[in-house]
Amino acid sequence: MSADVREIPLSTTGERQAVVGNVGAVPGQDWVIVTRGITRDYDMGGEVVRALRGVDLAVRRNEYVAIMGPSGSGKSTLMNLVGCLDTPTSGEYWLNGSLVSDMKDDALARVRNREIGFVFQTFNLLPRATALHNVELPLVYAGVGSAERKKRAVEALERVQLADRMDHRPNELSGGQRQRVAIARALVNRPAILLADEPTGNLDSGTSEEIMRVFEELADAGQTVIMVTHESDIAAHARRIVVLRDGRISSDERREKFVQKLET
Amino acid sequence: MPLVEAIRLALAQIRVQKLKSFFTLLGVTIGVMFLIAVVSIVQGMSNYVTTAVAGKFLGVNTATLRKFPNFQTGNVTDAQWHLWMRRPPITIADAYAVRDALPAGAGWAIDDEKWVNAESKYTNGGPQLLAHATTPQLFKIKSLVVTQGRVFNEEEEQLGLPVAVIGVETQQYYFPGVDPIGREIKVGGLPFRVIGILEKQGTLFGQPLDRVIYAPFNSPMQRFTGARINLAGVIVQAPSPAAMTDVQETVTELMRQRHKLHPAQDNDFVVETSASALSAWDKIRGYLVGAGIFLPAIGLVVGGIVIMNIMLVAVAERTREIGIRKSLGARRRDVMAQFLAEATTLSILGAAFGIGLGFGLSKLLSSAFNLPSGVAPWSIVVALGLGGGVGIAAGIYPASRASRLDPIVALRAE
Repeated sequence: MSADVREIPLSTTGERQAVVGNVGAVPGQDWVIVTRGITRDYDMGGEVVRALRGVDLAVRRNEYVAIMGPSGSGKSTLMNLVGCLDTPTSGEYWLNGSLVSDMKDDALARVRNREIGFVFQTFNLLPRATALHNVELPLVYAGVGSAERKKRAVEALERVQLADRMDHRPNELSGGQRQRVAIARALVNRPAILLADEPTGNLDSGTSEEIMRVFEELADAGQTVIMVTHESDIAAHARRIVVLRDGRISSDERREKFVQKLET
Repeated sequence: MPLVEAIRLALAQIRVQKLKSFFTLLGVTIGVMFLIAVVSIVQGMSNYVTTAVAGKFLGVNTATLRKFPNFQTGNVTDAQWHLWMRRPPITIADAYAVRDALPAGAGWAIDDEKWVNAESKYTNGGPQLLAHATTPQLFKIKSLVVTQGRVFNEEEEQLGLPVAVIGVETQQYYFPGVDPIGREIKVGGLPFRVIGILEKQGTLFGQPLDRVIYAPFNSPMQRFTGARINLAGVIVQAPSPAAMTDVQETVTELMRQRHKLHPAQDNDFVVETSASALSAWDKIRGYLVGAGIFLPAIGLVVGGIVIMNIMLVAVAERTREIGIRKSLGARRRDVMAQFLAEATTLSILGAAFGIGLGFGLSKLLSSAFNLPSGVAPWSIVVALGLGGGVGIAAGIYPASRASRLDPIVALRAE
C-alpha cells in the first residue's frame, strides 16, 4: 500500500482513539518520519502524567506539516520527541530511515546535528556571537573545516537574504532578522526536517507573515517542514495540519479542509 | 569539537569577561609566581655554588686524591674520624706514581697546604696564611691567573727556588702600600721572593681564598706544609668530562695496589671530585626546592578551587547556551571539552602570568638582597604543567555537570 497519508480516512467518530495515521508508511524511502504508537509519560512526584498516549504519525519528504493543539495537548512533548531532544516511553520513532527511539545521548546529538534544523520561538541565538558564527555552529559540531564552514554559512544566510548582516550580533538585528538567522542556522547542515516551534510566537503579525513566506519558499524548494503552533492562522500556512488533543492525534487533514472548517 | 575550536571559544569567553577572568586566575598566578621565584633563587644559588666550587676551589674535570674527604655531608662520628686518622698517609712517592700512571693529556699537580704564620718587613705581623707547596701545573688546572708578575715555572720547581705567588689579601696584610713584586715574605723564618699576585678570588663558604701563598713544591715550603708526613692533595685533571671516570679509576687502582688492598677491603683513601663536594649542597637544595614547591602548591590548590567555583557559576549562567549547543548537535564530550578547555586555558594563562611575575620577583629579590638568581628551564615547564593540571582538575566537575544537562530543561533556562 502506498496510499498518500493525507488520503487515509481519519477517525471522525469523535471517539478518542489513536488515529491510525501511518498505515502503509515504510520508514526510509520517501517517509521521513514514521512514529508507531509513541507514548511519553512523565513522573511528577509519584504521579504519572501521560503526555502522549500513542501517536502514529507519518510524514513524507517535502511535506509542510503544522502540529496544532491547545496547551496540555502534548504538542511540545511531540515536538521534543520528533526533534530527538527526548526519547519516547514506548513506541517506535523512525527518522529518515533510522530507528531513533532507542538511541542514546550521543547518537541522538548526532541525529539532531545531521537530520534536524531547529527554529525556536525565542530564536535561541548565541548573544555574543555574530550571525555568521551562529549559523556556523551546527557545522562546528559536524566537524566541518573552517573554510568550508564559512562558505556554507554564508550561503545559508544568502538564502534568507541576510548575507549583508552576517557580522552583526543578535542584539543588532530585528526580531524578524533574528528568526531568519535561526532559519539559516537550521538549514546550514541540509537537515532532513526543519522543525519550528512557535516560530512566530515572538513576532508581530507583519514579521510573522514575512517568516511564513520564508517557510513557504523553503517548502516549495523541497524542504520538509514541521511547525508546532497553537495559532490556527499560522497553522493554515502549512499544507497539512495535524491536531493533537489529550496526547492523541484528533485530526489530520489537508489545508483546504482545515481552512474550510476554520471559516465555518 | 576539535581542540582548536574549544580553545578559541575559551579565549573568546575570557576576553569578554576580562576582570572576572583576571580574578579567577589570580590564585594560580600567585602560586606559580612564588614557585618560579623560589626556584629561580635556589637555581641561582646552585649555579653560584657549582661554578664557585667546581671552578675556583677544585677546578674543572678534576679529582683529588686525599687521605680522607675534605667535604662531608652531615656530621662525622668520632669513630669514623679515628678510622680516617689511622689511614696510611699519601706520600710524595704516591704523588709521582700517580703522575706516571696517568694517560696522556691528563693534568696532574701536587697541592699540599697548611695554615702557617708569616712575617714581612713592611708590617708588624698579620693573620695566618694558607700556604700551598705545589707543582706549577696547579695554576693551569685551577685557572688561577696573576694580575701582576708571573707564576713560577717548571725550572723553579725543579730547583726548589724560594719564590712565591700571593693572594690579594696576603698583599694587603703584608705589603701595605708597597709593590710586593721582588720583595720578600718570610714563612717559618725563611724568605720567599714574591714573583706574582693572583687575581681576587673572594670567599667560598666563608673561607677567604685570597689569604694565600703558593711556592714550588720542591722549595722549603714543603717543610712547613708537612708534605713528608702526608700530602693534603694530589690533583688530577681529565682531558675531557667523559674521561673523568677513567682517570678516577686509574688513580684508585694504582693506590689500591700501592696500599696492597685485597678486593674485599675498602679504599683507605678518597678520590674526591667536585660532584662529591657538591652532594652536600644538593641535599640543602633538595629541602629548599621542596619548600619552594610545597608552599606555592597551597596557592595552586586555592586557585583551583576558585576556578572550579567560577566554572560552576559559568555553567549555571550559560545553561541556555548549553541547551542551544546541544540542540544543534553538541555531544556530551563536546560540551565537556568546551568547559574543560575554558578552565584549562584560564589556568594556563594564570600560570603564564605567574611565570612572568615570578621572574620579575626573583630579579627584585636578588637585587634587593644580593642573592644570585637564575632561570631553571624545568621550572617553566613544571609551572605550565601545574597550571594545566589545576585547570583540568578544577574543570572536570563543572564540565561534566554541563555535559549532563538535559537539553530540553537547558533550553528553557533563563
